[in-house]
Amino acid sequence: MFKAGLEIHQQLDTKKLFCSCESYLSDNVQGEFRRTLRPVQSEMGEYDAAAMMESVRKRTFKYQITENSCLVEMDEEPPHEVNKEALEIAIEVSLMFHCKIVDEIHFMRKLVIDGSNTSGFQRTALVGINGYIDTEFGRISIPTVCLEEEAARKIEEREGQAVYRLDRLGIPLIEITTGADMKDPSEVKKIAQIIGYVLRSTGKVKRGLGSIRQDLNVSIDTTRVEVKGVSRLSLIDKIVKYEMERQNMLIELAKEISNRKISTDKFKIEDITDILKNSESKIIRNGISKGGRVLGIALPGFKGLLKSDKFRLGRELADVVRVLGIPGIFHSDELPNYGISAEEVNKIKDFFKLKDNDAFLMLVSDPDKAKEGLKYIIERIKAAKNGVVPETRGPKDDGTTEFLRPLPGKERMYPETDVPPIQIDSNILAKIKNSLPKSYDEKVNEIMNEYNLSKQQAEQIINESMEDKFKKLFSIYDDGNAIFRTLFNTIPELESSGMDVEKITMDILEKIFQALRQNEIVKEAIPFILEDFLRTGNIDFKKFKVLDEHDLEEIIKSIIKLNENLLNKENIEAVLMGKIMKEVKGRAEGSKVNEMLKALIKKEEK
Amino acid sequence: MDFEPGDLVEIKTKQGTYRGVLMPKHIFSGDDIIIIKLENGYNIGIKKDDSFSMKLISKAESKKMIKKIKDHKKGLKVSVLGTGGTIASYVDYRTGAVKPAVSQEELLLAIPEIGDKYDIRSRNLFSIFSENMDVEHWKIIAKEVEKEFNDSSGIIIPHGTDTMSYTASALSFMLQNLPGPIVMVGAQRSSDRPSSDAYLNLLASLKLMETDLGEVVVTMHGTTSDSIVYAHRGVKVRKMHTSRRDAFRSINTRPIAEIGENVKFISDYRKKSGPIIPKIAMDERAILLYYYPNMDRDILYDIGSRVHGIIIAGTGLGHVSQNIIPVIRDLVRDGVFIGITSQCIYGSVNLNVYATGREMIRAGAVPLYDMLPEVAYVKMMWAMANFSNVKEIMTKNIAGEISERRVGLDYV
Repeated sequence: MFKAGLEIHQQLDTKKLFCSCESYLSDNVQGEFRRTLRPVQSEMGEYDAAAMMESVRKRTFKYQITENSCLVEMDEEPPHEVNKEALEIAIEVSLMFHCKIVDEIHFMRKLVIDGSNTSGFQRTALVGINGYIDTEFGRISIPTVCLEEEAARKIEEREGQAVYRLDRLGIPLIEITTGADMKDPSEVKKIAQIIGYVLRSTGKVKRGLGSIRQDLNVSIDTTRVEVKGVSRLSLIDKIVKYEMERQNMLIELAKEISNRKISTDKFKIEDITDILKNSESKIIRNGISKGGRVLGIALPGFKGLLKSDKFRLGRELADVVRVLGIPGIFHSDELPNYGISAEEVNKIKDFFKLKDNDAFLMLVSDPDKAKEGLKYIIERIKAAKNGVVPETRGPKDDGTTEFLRPLPGKERMYPETDVPPIQIDSNILAKIKNSLPKSYDEKVNEIMNEYNLSKQQAEQIINESMEDKFKKLFSIYDDGNAIFRTLFNTIPELESSGMDVEKITMDILEKIFQALRQNEIVKEAIPFILEDFLRTGNIDFKKFKVLDEHDLEEIIKSIIKLNENLLNKENIEAVLMGKIMKEVKGRAEGSKVNEMLKALIKKEEK
Repeated sequence: MDFEPGDLVEIKTKQGTYRGVLMPKHIFSGDDIIIIKLENGYNIGIKKDDSFSMKLISKAESKKMIKKIKDHKKGLKVSVLGTGGTIASYVDYRTGAVKPAVSQEELLLAIPEIGDKYDIRSRNLFSIFSENMDVEHWKIIAKEVEKEFNDSSGIIIPHGTDTMSYTASALSFMLQNLPGPIVMVGAQRSSDRPSSDAYLNLLASLKLMETDLGEVVVTMHGTTSDSIVYAHRGVKVRKMHTSRRDAFRSINTRPIAEIGENVKFISDYRKKSGPIIPKIAMDERAILLYYYPNMDRDILYDIGSRVHGIIIAGTGLGHVSQNIIPVIRDLVRDGVFIGITSQCIYGSVNLNVYATGREMIRAGAVPLYDMLPEVAYVKMMWAMANFSNVKEIMTKNIAGEISERRVGLDYV
């Protein structure tokens, strides 16, 4: 059965969490420095799997210093006291999800050694626990609300080096985790929207691209796969669909491995550089000329499992080594191809003494890395017999996902001893409790009543976070439907016809609704005015001045005349109405036109 | 029932039921707070209310490090004498407590680069933060170092950074004619952190073992980057920043060596010789005083009459107020040694330039050139215990603590 949960990360609009630097992105790079990070072993002598995998890459990290970063972000000074404002927002959000506030808050260090944190860990604290949200789908649990530090911003990734900028490091983030309670992609989307509203309703969160990120947990059996950083809600459907297919494939693959009675106990890494030293394949040739070796393994019984209509283990394996900095693998389900000849394939098969149902794979890289890569591949092949592997994946633009790293274990959490534990003052707690923003449902009702709109319309306003714009425009012209139509029909239609609707600022909209209020124009003119504005760059209400009765009558009459053949037909009114409105170009109210048209038709038909 | 950190427990309060591993109490935690580590790895503090109850699920498991450093019995013989400090700080992942000690084995295990190059013999002398280090500790270290040199080409001493330069100075005076390098090494970020500077500093210390250096040096990050490490002369180095990796700076001189891939000597240095000449007695009746405006002459006299020597960190070129000078005269007459250094840190004292300085000299104060106040303090204890001509020893360059020249590029 399909199950999904969400993890939502939202940047707060305060100063940074553990220093007094401002929270924004900066292009003002003032200096840089280089560091390396090492996996640290737990007291039991164990390393975190995700950390170990990162360490194989042996990357160095370059950090760019900006004016909004200080010694704290450089990992050159202990964290200051936690930002009180950020903490209060986290409490507020927790309370809105009916969480219990932790009696004493303890910041932890969560090991992250991909360089995105100069310290090698992210500071994070549990603030609220055991909450929930009620929706039309039922109750969704919110097990945790955490307050944590944003990571540094990745600027560039080169071979052996990643470049990060410190502007983003330390911006407060709220992390909201839902239970894996959702059974349908549309439910996931809805929950994400409600959570988004709750966060925005505090009025203290950052807006715009990258300020909110969703991680998606998808599982169809008992294994959790985390898809990190789904920034667009519209991708959720696709990702869920793709992940279900992928996970189903892995489950089928495990069955097939068992049916074929394939042993995955032992694989031997062989150096087959000699066979390929004169290969036409550019990748192989370049690899060898840079001192690399081609290493491969035989995969007895695996034919068709690496790539066929049903199975795609090859892609999973390629993913694993890509993370280590090896661009790809070659395997027999795809060969000969990529410049590797049938003759070479046969030689390799002979070398490995392969039978009909066997497969092989190989890769080229510097000898140590190639060996390390194959070790990870062998581990991944062994894991294939268990079906889905718990891991962290990343979304691609097309809704597919790719392997990022093993799912980090809880071993990677240890106390941030530099930050003292925090007890929440009961007065502050009471104050926050008494001034909580409206819940999602309350807000929907409020908007329905205030603007006389349907539930669906009200939800759309909230989901697209248009409450403020709406309120402002309504204060100028109190026709909720006209405002709704402009914001959610007219403008998107103009956009889909290829126009740059970014130019339609609040100023422009306010001007138009002012004109409406003063009866200079009628609301039917709005699409025409906006289109005209986008074409000419000017707003000219005179062009759209309401026609006087006589002129309007002339237009209607002329159109009736042109369509005399329709007289006495049933649909005449509807057909002519469209034609007239097109001609009128918003210079008359529809109801008025309709009234006159009716009368004139009646007259003619007599 | 007795609970101890590490036990898996279930706690019930009015708020709800929690399950997790019991953690040791944080010193800043509320009195009625119990800390547990939840299944998801997070710690939370739970307040004991009226309906509080705690139930044991299972006792703590005790696990021990099993890995041991291999006895190579090949490669360069190196001794590592641990003393404690940040470089040796480790978090107990089970309980979350920060422990002041990690075995030197663990530390060295974490540096795979060591390979088979060195035959490392390592042991802990003590496990203390360096602010607790005193003269007795210096003496123990000196004696142990002398012993280790019988069978080692060099000694590495991981040490807390706060007073590392004091210990380095003490060893520089106590042990002369060194048969190999004594390298003091510390860290500003503890070894349990992925970003710790300990590894690079230790690695650089090991590289120094292969050279012909015969001095006490302090090796710490040269910049904020993990790129180069400097070896500073033990009597010319000072911790100049509370928290940065590159907190240690050579004062009034350049570092002895810059260590990247290889060791590059960038100043003159003493080469190893031996046999070692130990003089480890110290006269502890010594104080280090920071002069400030309005210093009370009676208090100064009271303090001064209880000791055998005073180092004053004076203002500017080494001055104290006119008001104090009679006290200096009286104390010197009573046999107290009074040495003058500067709180400017950079530059040399000079008491010939202004009238106050000249009067100070007449009163018997001894200007100590560009010697750092802390170094002068340590040297004075050593000089008073081992020599009768204290003034002569104090003004003579013994271990590189006095530079004759200061060049333009060596400032900050």
